[in-house]
Amino acid sequence: MFEHLDAVFLARVQFAFTVSFHFIFPAFSIGLASYLMVLEGLWLKTGRGVYANLYRYWLKIFAVGFGMGVVSGIVLSYQFGTNWSEFSHKAGPVIGPLMGYEVITAFFLEAGFLGVMLFGINKVGKRLHFFATCMVALGTVVSAFWILSVNSWMQTPTGFEINDQGQFIVGDSWWDVIFNPSFPYRLVHTVTAAYLTTAFAVGGVGAWHLLRDRNNIGARKMFSMAMWMAVIVTPVQIFVGDLHGLNTLEHQPAKVLAMEGDFDPSPDGAPLILFGIPDEDAATVHYKVAIPKLGSLILKHDPNAPLPGLTDFPREDWPPVAVVFWSFRVMVAIGFAMLALGGWSLIARRRKRLYASRALHRAAVCMGPAGFVAVIAGWVTTEVGRQPFTVYGLMRTVESASPLDAPAVAASLIAFIVVYTAVFGMGIYYLLRLMGHPPSPGESEPDKVPFHAAGITPASSLAPASSGQGGNAHGKS
Amino acid sequence: MESLDLPLIWAGMICFSVFAYVVLDGFDLGVGILSPVLAPGQERDQAINSIAPFWDGNETWLVMGGGGLLAVFPLAYAIILPATYPLMIAMLLGLVFRGAAFEFRWRDPAHQPLWDLVITVGSTVAALAQGITIGAILQGIEVENNAYAGGWLDWLSPFSVLTGIAVVIGYALLGATWLIRKTEGGCQRHAHRLAYRFGIATVAALIAVSLATPFLNHEYWRRWFEMPQVLLTAQVPLLVVLCTGVFFWSLRKGHELLPFLMALALFLLGFVGLCISIFPHMIPPSITLWEAAAPRDSQLFLLVGAVFIIPVILAYTGWAYWVFRGKVGTEGYH
Repeated sequence: MFEHLDAVFLARVQFAFTVSFHFIFPAFSIGLASYLMVLEGLWLKTGRGVYANLYRYWLKIFAVGFGMGVVSGIVLSYQFGTNWSEFSHKAGPVIGPLMGYEVITAFFLEAGFLGVMLFGINKVGKRLHFFATCMVALGTVVSAFWILSVNSWMQTPTGFEINDQGQFIVGDSWWDVIFNPSFPYRLVHTVTAAYLTTAFAVGGVGAWHLLRDRNNIGARKMFSMAMWMAVIVTPVQIFVGDLHGLNTLEHQPAKVLAMEGDFDPSPDGAPLILFGIPDEDAATVHYKVAIPKLGSLILKHDPNAPLPGLTDFPREDWPPVAVVFWSFRVMVAIGFAMLALGGWSLIARRRKRLYASRALHRAAVCMGPAGFVAVIAGWVTTEVGRQPFTVYGLMRTVESASPLDAPAVAASLIAFIVVYTAVFGMGIYYLLRLMGHPPSPGESEPDKVPFHAAGITPASSLAPASSGQGGNAHGKS
Repeated sequence: MESLDLPLIWAGMICFSVFAYVVLDGFDLGVGILSPVLAPGQERDQAINSIAPFWDGNETWLVMGGGGLLAVFPLAYAIILPATYPLMIAMLLGLVFRGAAFEFRWRDPAHQPLWDLVITVGSTVAALAQGITIGAILQGIEVENNAYAGGWLDWLSPFSVLTGIAVVIGYALLGATWLIRKTEGGCQRHAHRLAYRFGIATVAALIAVSLATPFLNHEYWRRWFEMPQVLLTAQVPLLVVLCTGVFFWSLRKGHELLPFLMALALFLLGFVGLCISIFPHMIPPSITLWEAAAPRDSQLFLLVGAVFIIPVILAYTGWAYWVFRGKVGTEGYH
């Protein structure tokens, strides 16, 4: 283990740590922003107070989560330069402008519409407020668009040329860079994942409160909405994930073979390995439990189609097999657990026991954090599977790092771990505390915190309860 | 379109971004730096409430600066950040800490003194790191084959420590003059006294840095003192003298806005001086801004978005400051 503790390995760990920590928050924000849009839209359409209350309830949580996303994002915008300067220099001309657009988008959103959203409906009127909510939801997706375009380009680079300094520069058009082959699949798969993550988090919170008070209107409503999402979106996500896998097989076969644990080529149909212990040195999977032919059936849609093995590729181009193998299985297992919970909720709904089945509620509470685990497992799969390259097939990770000494990187890594644990630990604790309060008809108590003008970490800007918010909740402002 | 000197335009925009950041985040970092000398309770609450609506919006300019640098001057980004590695990490951690402490200060009243301490430490560390970085760039960065070639403590020198302390003092002055504008009663009187002291300290720091800079290398000496451009460069110290005079006069007269504006003017003059010293380099002594620039296509592509969006952001920022104009009171903006 310790012979690997060089500056590059430490920088990789640091990036993995900071990006995973960061991604928790945007994954939640993307889904929650859209959920808030739906809630406000339903409220304006039906005039039912329950939607307004849920909107306010989740808005407070959204504000805190969004803020933590931005704060942890600042770190990432500098991390490319501090730890990956060679990569920044060589790939900057291509990915820099795309990331620039991401920053501009996020900035535009924070500076404008989030502030309006948090100023409260009384100050700006219903229409403008709803418009702001829609723009924030759109903005989170646009931000995801740019950053995933960058990530996809690193996985499946197209539309570039290489100049005399060895830099990647844009070729004929930016279009070819932005819409590289894996981008559409990755974008849909990731945004859908964010929606599911939020759905299960909302469902978990709803179930938690149903276990305490079965008749809480807000809790019932959010639980019901979340379970509909689970039923409808999970199968879609599994389907999209399969397509994404086929796309990856086409462009990054070594990654898929590591995910599958296929060291040896299978000329007449590959099995699907359910479990086993991958051993890179021996190039085999120990104790494996496999279903014959199913691997080829999934990946080639033909049980007898031949599949290559990792041994067809040079050893130095293998990703770390065990990590990819396991993270992929964690993600898939959670996907099917989500499918199961969705099915269970559908049966309960049919039997009119959706709000009564305590076992279902307990399961939903347990599945509350599942989405977060799944998205991080998914990121580990795709990012570690990209190794040993930063720009797939063209630029190696070892050639991408900054000229730093291991002690410097180790010190900063320890500092990040300590600070993040303290700061975001507090933040997550606070989020959980917000979620621990049951949604109530008078969902308008403001925290005693000042307004923010540009809401990166805005306080919930709800007018005091005495100012007729209650009336507002019933659709007459 | 072909005749545009894009690197120069972008250098101007990055300078603008950095200066916008310094102006905007400077005063709220300054309030954070000053918070331990403000009396706990009403006085300190007023001070921190006065920056609460703004600090996070201000910080986004830092992301703009970093993102812009990667996109249009990737070489500069790839050299400066590793060269000032510990500083950058310290600055980021300071900002993360401080941002979180702002939020928890009101939500967790039981530990308010602790959060206030975190705000102070985070603000001071971030300001110091920014100041030392400026000094490190001015004194030059060792580059070989388009990559940083020094060790991880090369940035540390008496000069860079001087610029670091100068920035901390300058931010404190911005913070104090901001408080004069935004608070009333005891807090304002206290801020007034602080502004007077930090005004003297800022001018002293500005003189010290200005005297030390031309001795760093002969290039700077020539740029400042050779005919005919000395006629132009001499305007900077003259304006500094003028602004200093107006600053102390306005303090004595009890003006509320003018001291803040004059403190900003001093910062602007210091920044202009910095640009005069460095230009046309991006990384002294070896890399000019044209050498550091990304290919034309990359610069043009991002320029389209930036030209459209930055005015909108500026307009919104102005509006936000307008909405939250006037005195803060002890309750903050609720």
